[in-house]
Amino acid sequence: MSGIDVARIRADFPILKRTVRENKPLVYLDSGATSQKPFSVLDAEREFYETSNAAAHRGAHQLAEEATEAYESARAKIARFVGASPENIVFTKNATESLNLAAYAFSNATALASQGASVDPRFELKPGDSVVVTEMEHHANLVPWQEVCAKTGATLKWIPLTDDGRLDMSGLPDLIDSATKVVSVVHQSNILGTINPVAEIMDMAHAVGAVGVVDGCQSVPHMPVDVREIGADLLAWSGHKMLGPTGIGLLYGTAEILDSMPPFLTGGSMISTVEMERSTYAAAPAKFEAGVPMVAQAVGLGAAVDYLVNLGMQEVAEHELAMTEYSLKAITDLPGVRIIGPLDARNRGSAISFVVDGIHPHDVGQVLDNLGIAVRVGHHCAWPTCRRFAVPATTRISPYIYNDFRDIDAVAEGIVEAQRFFKVAP
Amino acid sequence: MSLESLYQDIIIDHYKNPRGRGLLQSPLGTAFHVNPTCGDEVNVQVATDAQGGLQIGYEGTGCSISQASASVLYELVQGLPASDAEKIRQAFVELMHSQGHAEPDEEVLGDGVAFVGVAKYPARIKCALLPWMAFQDAEIQGGLMPIADTIQG
Repeated sequence: MSGIDVARIRADFPILKRTVRENKPLVYLDSGATSQKPFSVLDAEREFYETSNAAAHRGAHQLAEEATEAYESARAKIARFVGASPENIVFTKNATESLNLAAYAFSNATALASQGASVDPRFELKPGDSVVVTEMEHHANLVPWQEVCAKTGATLKWIPLTDDGRLDMSGLPDLIDSATKVVSVVHQSNILGTINPVAEIMDMAHAVGAVGVVDGCQSVPHMPVDVREIGADLLAWSGHKMLGPTGIGLLYGTAEILDSMPPFLTGGSMISTVEMERSTYAAAPAKFEAGVPMVAQAVGLGAAVDYLVNLGMQEVAEHELAMTEYSLKAITDLPGVRIIGPLDARNRGSAISFVVDGIHPHDVGQVLDNLGIAVRVGHHCAWPTCRRFAVPATTRISPYIYNDFRDIDAVAEGIVEAQRFFKVAP
Repeated sequence: MSLESLYQDIIIDHYKNPRGRGLLQSPLGTAFHVNPTCGDEVNVQVATDAQGGLQIGYEGTGCSISQASASVLYELVQGLPASDAEKIRQAFVELMHSQGHAEPDEEVLGDGVAFVGVAKYPARIKCALLPWMAFQDAEIQGGLMPIADTIQG
């Protein structure tokens, strides 16, 4: 099927051995929400707490030195994973915080400029300026920009979608113009599965002098992503969707952009000097990391990166493609079931949303849950995307490295079972 | 736990054949509630008839549990004095918080007793409560929410 050995991988994930709902083996197909964690990640976190726990970047005792070293070497590992330098990687609480950090750079710069402070004009927004997103954004890459526009008077615009769930690129030259100050787009949609041509869009953003932001939450865990290839000024993603712990997110930024952005959360650690009247700030990434950092999570995420590198991200992507092709066929073969999103596996990830005629997505998910199959139901934090396709919600499978074709067969059987239970004739 | 314990036939019946569905001509109070985690929606309206009995209007989209719950709500409180309806509402809320251990009183809850299994599924309790929360809100907006003394008495 592909270059990775799913049976061997599954043995590394203790949770996959448990049963649910009265002794049913767990079929976990909700990795788009959060991935499961291998022993090596759990062990790394535990070992850190058992041997080196201290607050990083404070204190001069040996444990503090070890904690700082652990934190910074995790940063270096994660940077290498996406083709970046360590100083270009900011640790955040999650990807939502990463995107807010990006969005707040604009509203904060605008507020500072109104007080006469000197700010990089790229971050200062005025009425008439525009912010461009897409109609398939996760709320985390939509709501922060709505807030920025409400605070600054800038206009929010979005790239519309085609009926098959791709970006409608035809109007882009009009949408991204000299008024555009920021273009923030999702790399791989969490609800439609679509993989967007972000490098092309970043080029268009840069051609008009706009800052380019990419939400990589669903792409970085599933395919090789190199920041030099996609050309984004800022790339946000989360640790917990790529085998790492919860409580840690990432923001990559070019040195030049991070240097130009005002800080987001302020306080300890992120300063250079502090007086009662004013402060100056540390260089990035420290400028964006206020407070005692999440060292154990960083260490755990470093182990997750090791795990993925050891598998090979090219192999992970091939497995993803094989799962996508198999799932698309298995679901489209079922009468009375409709996929919301692209039907061909080209430029498409394995997260697949569908609706079953006559059964609400929640009820489909409940029948699957009763069979031990964990899927996501609802609007997937992409409510406008659901509206675009005139569905109240969807049921979504999102496989990962520990899933195989049998898991997809189980879903297909579960859908038929739901149709039987709710007495809808397909 | 069997699917049948969650989706009792009564629930499926109310879902497929909703009772009294539709909006009122002249509502005194209207409340539109959504479940932001899943997008289920329900719009509940209240008015009173000449005898002071409640008139209920509702519409919505969502899962079988939320929509059947709205239908059961209509069936249970339509035409009742607000104070009697409030006793039923409280009994239903209590049932939903029972973690499935309650023995609901069919005299009070009618078809609502079928929701006892829902209380074992924390993710679905909100679905069942959605119309009842909207009902309470609509009563408050319409000035029909009975004061505590009336309910006790």
